[in-house]
Amino acid sequence: MDTLLLSRIQFAANIGFHILFPTINIALCWFLVYFRVRRRWARGTPAAQGWDDAYYLWTKIFALTFALGVVTGVTMSFQFGTNWPGYMEHAGNIAGPLLGYEVLTAFFLEATFLGIMLFGRDRVSARVHMFATLMVALGTTVSAFWILSLNSWMQTPAGYELVEGRFYAASWWQVIFNPSFPYRLAHKLLASTLTASFLIAGLSAWQLLRHRGNAGTQHALRAGVVAAAIAIPLQIFAGDQHGLNTLEYQPAKIAAIEGIWHTEKGAPLTLFGWPNEKQQRTDFAIQVPKLASLILAHDPNAQLKGLDEFPNAHPPVAPVFWSFRIMVGMAMLMLLVSWWCAWTLWRGRRGAVTGSGHLGTPFSRWQLQLLAAMTFSGWVSTIAGWCVTEIGRQPFLVYGILRTADLVAEHPPALVLSTLLAYLVIYAFLLPSYVVVLMYMASHPAQPAGLGPQTPKAAPTAGRA
Amino acid sequence: MNFTWAEMLPLVFMGVMGLALLAYVVLDGYDLGVGLLLPFASDEQKDMMVASIGPFWDANETWLVLGIGILLIAFPLAHGIVLSALYLPVAVMLLGLVLRGVSFDFRVKAHAARKQMWNRILSLGSLMAAAAQGWMLGSYLTGFDRGLWPSLFNLGIALTLPTAYAMLGAGWLIMKTGEALQLRAVAWARKVLWPMGAALVGISLATPMVSHTVFEKWFAMPQFVALLPIPVACAVAFFAAFHVISRPRVVAAGYGWIVFASTLLIFVLAFLGLAYSLYPYIIIDRLTIWQAAAAPNSLLFIFVGVAVTLPAIIVYTVYMYRVFWGRATELSYGAGNSAN
Repeated sequence: MDTLLLSRIQFAANIGFHILFPTINIALCWFLVYFRVRRRWARGTPAAQGWDDAYYLWTKIFALTFALGVVTGVTMSFQFGTNWPGYMEHAGNIAGPLLGYEVLTAFFLEATFLGIMLFGRDRVSARVHMFATLMVALGTTVSAFWILSLNSWMQTPAGYELVEGRFYAASWWQVIFNPSFPYRLAHKLLASTLTASFLIAGLSAWQLLRHRGNAGTQHALRAGVVAAAIAIPLQIFAGDQHGLNTLEYQPAKIAAIEGIWHTEKGAPLTLFGWPNEKQQRTDFAIQVPKLASLILAHDPNAQLKGLDEFPNAHPPVAPVFWSFRIMVGMAMLMLLVSWWCAWTLWRGRRGAVTGSGHLGTPFSRWQLQLLAAMTFSGWVSTIAGWCVTEIGRQPFLVYGILRTADLVAEHPPALVLSTLLAYLVIYAFLLPSYVVVLMYMASHPAQPAGLGPQTPKAAPTAGRA
Repeated sequence: MNFTWAEMLPLVFMGVMGLALLAYVVLDGYDLGVGLLLPFASDEQKDMMVASIGPFWDANETWLVLGIGILLIAFPLAHGIVLSALYLPVAVMLLGLVLRGVSFDFRVKAHAARKQMWNRILSLGSLMAAAAQGWMLGSYLTGFDRGLWPSLFNLGIALTLPTAYAMLGAGWLIMKTGEALQLRAVAWARKVLWPMGAALVGISLATPMVSHTVFEKWFAMPQFVALLPIPVACAVAFFAAFHVISRPRVVAAGYGWIVFASTLLIFVLAFLGLAYSLYPYIIIDRLTIWQAAAAPNSLLFIFVGVAVTLPAIIVYTVYMYRVFWGRATELSYGAGNSAN
């Protein structure tokens, strides 16, 4: 294997592993704010204990996830220099400041207030603690804003001048709010919402099935189901809009997604098939006539550009084609499951069903098992979606201008292979550890004695306040 | 001399980058130092040691991201050269930081039977990161020369930096803990102080020998005299720390913080010495900060951000340290006694 391929695999492995954790936490943190607010509203009622239990368990999970996200993110910040120095030489004037703003406005904010949010509850007032929780949530979202702005700029570069092969910013506004950015940001934030929702609902359902739940589990389960049911139609709409944007700016990516080999009018939608890159066709294709043109151009006879229009400038077809179908398939599954469960919840609230609920929930055993099975469904669709957009951008690093192959550092392949293996070994160790510890925490959700709102106010002056 | 913005900004960013890296070395230095000392403590003491750094390590590590971020933002040419030349030690450091960082959470959240394993991983990660950073510093000073003598020089720093971090860590524990653990931290400080001092002297003498540029900057009149305060102040700080840790009564009387403060002072002075040695190069003898700088337009855009956010970052960092001021207590996520 050559250095280019190894470096690409290493970058993909690093970013693929990293994204698993922020994608949970961007939204999970807002769930924590929500639990915290509900806890405050429920002061003095029995529900307070439940909301506090939910906050307690999910804060622990947030903290673990955050640690994994931070340390793998530090790795990312070095990868640009160690493996892709050409990228910063050519695009450093644009990429540098965007990354810099992420560090300055987001990383310090979240990392610093996280300490207070996690361990400072005894030391600050309720108001300050609430503020700290809010700052952490804000920090994670602002972080997503900047990094997606840079990623979008690499996909749809705008607001720049090219002088002797180097980028210079002509308009920072156009750089930041480049054409694909609003769509990508919305798509990512909703993806995070769905990932966190299914994680919360799934893990809670699993707790109940194993009889390990507490008052907080019921609250968390409902919050997860409702959030998923609200987010999924929005996500399908946002994804469609993002697709239309991609058609305008990156038609080669769409051609690979749809498996359109030759430019044609009234292009059919390929539901499934086997992309055959050598023969330039999709084998065993199951197609719906004219539907691709209808979906993408809102006209059944519209002309869609095929891959043949982009010689030597289109991505490998099969991975993009397959990833896209996995992502869409997961979205459909999420729609079915979340709406079915939300419907049950709604009927339960109206008192329409009695006695069919399981383990104190309005849900049937089936539904709980289904939710538990979908605990990590958000990860699957996130990684699949990531492959669609990032492999779909190839062979370019900055779309249409800089080629990935021209920017790689010329290390000996053995050197890159050795670090790649080291990363893979550590990731292969950390990922199962994370999942196992998540389940361990979920099966021991109780707060240690002496904590929680039921504790009498022993020493109100103990806090620093 | 009349400086224009285009000439001024690279200098400003060199300063900010230096400060960020100094902040990183000192702040994460004590975290890593505590991690290095962990294997020498009893199980209960281990919990307290980790508790003393628990709320801080995350933000401390962010200074590294800022430092390397500014290298990338302000000096994109140097960024590529430095990081590809340091490929392997960077990878070792990153893997170390990954292992160290995740262990904080795993050690208390995993099944109790696994705690020992995560404690060991925490120490191993700290050692990997500290040694790799030492190697990187050495390699940077010798202009990435791969010969035998430069490599030995790198190795020397790779062994020294962990002792210096352990000294910072011990100083931190003396400040943040009490009783048996504090006494133990004093004993650790006694053990690492002399190796650290000897290594620092060795490196200070070796640096001008491996680099002609550095030699000329220090050993010429009148600079030599003007620079004397740096080694003299280092020596004073060293003996202040020595004085305190050899007299447990002084620590008991509440002057334990002097150990941390003295070590901190040594770090700051060593940093100033390094900054003086290197200026105006960002890669010694090859690239000055102006040759490596990004476009003025980009620097100005991020300068606005730095000018607004850095003071805010410092303010809330100081606030956070105030919240967790004084002796460390056991960490818990719960509401405890507060009535919120």
